Amino acid sequence: MIKPYYAVLRLRLSNGLQYRAAAYAGIGTQFFFGFIFIMVFEAFYAQTSAAAPQMSLSEVVAYCWLKQAFLAFIVLWLRDNELFQLITSGNIAYELCRPSGIYGLWYAKLLAQRLSSALLRCLPILLVSFFLPQPYRLELPPDFAAFLLFVCSLIIGLFLIVAISMLIYISVFITMSPAGSLLMFSVFGEFFAGMIIPVPLMPDWMQRIVYALPFHWTVDFPFRVYTGNISTLDARAGLLFQLLWLAALIFIGKIAMNKALRRVVVQGG
Amino acid sequence: MIEVNGISKSFLVSKRPPGLAHAVKSLFRREYTVVEALQNISFTIGSGEIVGYIGPNGAGKSTTIKTMSGILVPDSGTCSIMGYTPWKDRVSYVKNIGVVFGQRSQLWWDVPVLDSFELLRDIYRIPPLEYRSTLALLVETLDLQALLHTPVRQLSLGQRMRCEIAASLLHSPSLLFLDEPTIGLDAVSKIAVRQFIKTINEEKGVTVILTTHDMNDIEALASRLLLIGKGKLLYDGTVQGLRSRYGSKSGAAEASQLQQASASTSEQGHSTGSLSIEDIVVQMYKEYAL
Amino acid sequence: MTLYFKYMLLLFKAQMEYRASFLLLVLGQCLTPFTVFTGLYFMFERFGDMKGWSFYEVLLCFAVTHMAFSITECFARGFDMFSSLVVSGDFDRLLVRPRGTIIQVLGSKFEFSRVGRLLLGAGVLIWAIMNLDIAWSPLKITALVLMEASGVIIFASIFILCASFSFWTVQGLEIANILTDGGREMTQYPLSIYHRRIQQFFTFIIPFGCANYLPLQYILGREENPIYAFLPLAGLLFLVPCLLIWQIGVRRYRSTGS
Repeated sequence: MIKPYYAVLRLRLSNGLQYRAAAYAGIGTQFFFGFIFIMVFEAFYAQTSAAAPQMSLSEVVAYCWLKQAFLAFIVLWLRDNELFQLITSGNIAYELCRPSGIYGLWYAKLLAQRLSSALLRCLPILLVSFFLPQPYRLELPPDFAAFLLFVCSLIIGLFLIVAISMLIYISVFITMSPAGSLLMFSVFGEFFAGMIIPVPLMPDWMQRIVYALPFHWTVDFPFRVYTGNISTLDARAGLLFQLLWLAALIFIGKIAMNKALRRVVVQGG
Repeated sequence: MIEVNGISKSFLVSKRPPGLAHAVKSLFRREYTVVEALQNISFTIGSGEIVGYIGPNGAGKSTTIKTMSGILVPDSGTCSIMGYTPWKDRVSYVKNIGVVFGQRSQLWWDVPVLDSFELLRDIYRIPPLEYRSTLALLVETLDLQALLHTPVRQLSLGQRMRCEIAASLLHSPSLLFLDEPTIGLDAVSKIAVRQFIKTINEEKGVTVILTTHDMNDIEALASRLLLIGKGKLLYDGTVQGLRSRYGSKSGAAEASQLQQASASTSEQGHSTGSLSIEDIVVQMYKEYAL
Repeated sequence: MTLYFKYMLLLFKAQMEYRASFLLLVLGQCLTPFTVFTGLYFMFERFGDMKGWSFYEVLLCFAVTHMAFSITECFARGFDMFSSLVVSGDFDRLLVRPRGTIIQVLGSKFEFSRVGRLLLGAGVLIWAIMNLDIAWSPLKITALVLMEASGVIIFASIFILCASFSFWTVQGLEIANILTDGGREMTQYPLSIYHRRIQQFFTFIIPFGCANYLPLQYILGREENPIYAFLPLAGLLFLVPCLLIWQIGVRRYRSTGS
């Protein structure tokens, strides 16, 4: 059952490793952007007159580096052109002949894509950022419990983001515009996830909207668990919410996919 | 018209063995091998000829075509086409040639064929009067009237190839390179394309150099054949010459074996006991260990 | 130049074949910087000030950068996507045509949906100007126009530079994002908020600072010397080495053919 998925992952990894320059370049790029983001926040935090924000600068720095390291786990704009082509060209009809369910198969494919590209890049970025001079250094989590909870929440977050990505692919059945669907989802999704600015720095009314949506469980939640900005007690409850959202999103995705596929079959591809 | 003299060209190719371990290793070090793509190639082609240029994959066909069309600069050797050295006076030279890459399109995918033609008119600075008369002629000989207002993406492969060839002739070149013009076409389209190549060669006197893997193209079109293998020119002569060299005497045992093997599947060219051109080429590839 | 507009017309027709998709892209292009803008707004609401720069001053910077970037992305997209032209071998096609490579690559692609980002940038620009107390003079208006033009030239030069890399390798071009997207991300804020080294790099090596930050000082009345208004012209200088590297790259391509 798991074996074919493992094979896909292995293939992707060795494929990714062949492009050595691409790997170096990716890491270099992530570092550059990380520094830019941090310096912008630093410029704001230089204001001593402002009331103390709900997040310290060192927490924001950690947040930025984690974001850069695990980019492949959290961005929505990662695309699999093969799947898009399958949908827009109508060749999806062939997929229907396969014995396994399409939802599971695509889910595994997208998961493998994210895992392989993150595995290659996260370690070097994390390693280097642990040894950067202050104030750019990535601090360790406050205690081991926070670290464990971070790992759990990151993994569930990964499953969540793939479930959300599946909705993007399903939406292409309707819009027939991969680039358009991707753009619309990622614009809003990434803002609500806390990719542009961390959620605690948003005004209160905005935070209320963000907390009602699933996106922040993929970025904001795991990273703030890491920094200790969310207490271990809240983090444990959060994991439960993450799982609930995951179940709900997969459920919705499966129903939507079945509906979309039925339409394809009726139209004859 | 064309004089190619001692052209050589070599490339550095990076080795990339399969496997995860090698992939990790190549992150740090990479090995190169030198590939001699062309070794001392010489030939001349006269005005108005149709020349077939054949050889197995990777033999150096497209390197030769790229050199002759001014894309690539060779390591050594000279080449004079209509008085130009292709890679030196690129812009003024390419006005006089047309190139069709069978596997790639030069037409814009989402707009009607006519729009692509009109852009090409502007790119090549074709005077309006000349453009109109050339287009009229091409439309008539290639039977394009019905296709002109269709977006390219909606054309069949055969229809598209006809439009591709027309596009490369809009500026009335006197030399036409066709790189696998019949690849992937059905039988009807193949014959139509061959017929058209013959027509423009006869009526407009266009010199044609054509690469292909389909020996029927060669038999139908080319009186002369250049065979290249491993970067070397192995044969330059007529199709008949090739046939008499291999068809009758040498390697008779092998030839008859081949003939028997293919007799069951293929029916052409066996009535008089002579080998089909494909058999001959297979035999040549064998002889030169390609 | 006429040829360039002919290319443009043809590709505009092509994009209009997919109208719904096009409109969705325009909207997305408008909303992407809008989220950054919103983030900026929230940050200023919380902190009030950014190292001595007020919200509307930063917005002016933001607008100029995003407008320049969107114009470049629309018209010089062919260079941005150039590596695919090399990989697919379609660059050969350009070489067998009797025109220069630069114009043909420019004409190979237009991204009209970038008008979304341009509109947002223009809106933000107007909003910032209305809320800033600037004593406008002909020289200041000239400075603003030059800033925009210079920004376009610098971004286009970077596109050409990055495209030239694909003559040597088509891997690892992601690093070029540091200069294109990175340049945009950076210069949407005043350069003075960054580390000294970064400021120097982006003023003397890649003259973003001359196109954006320094003339902005003049417009905002922080600097009186009118020479600041003409500093954007330095952007033109940057184009020269980039074109040179492009020519070297084309020569290399024609000797290796890879």
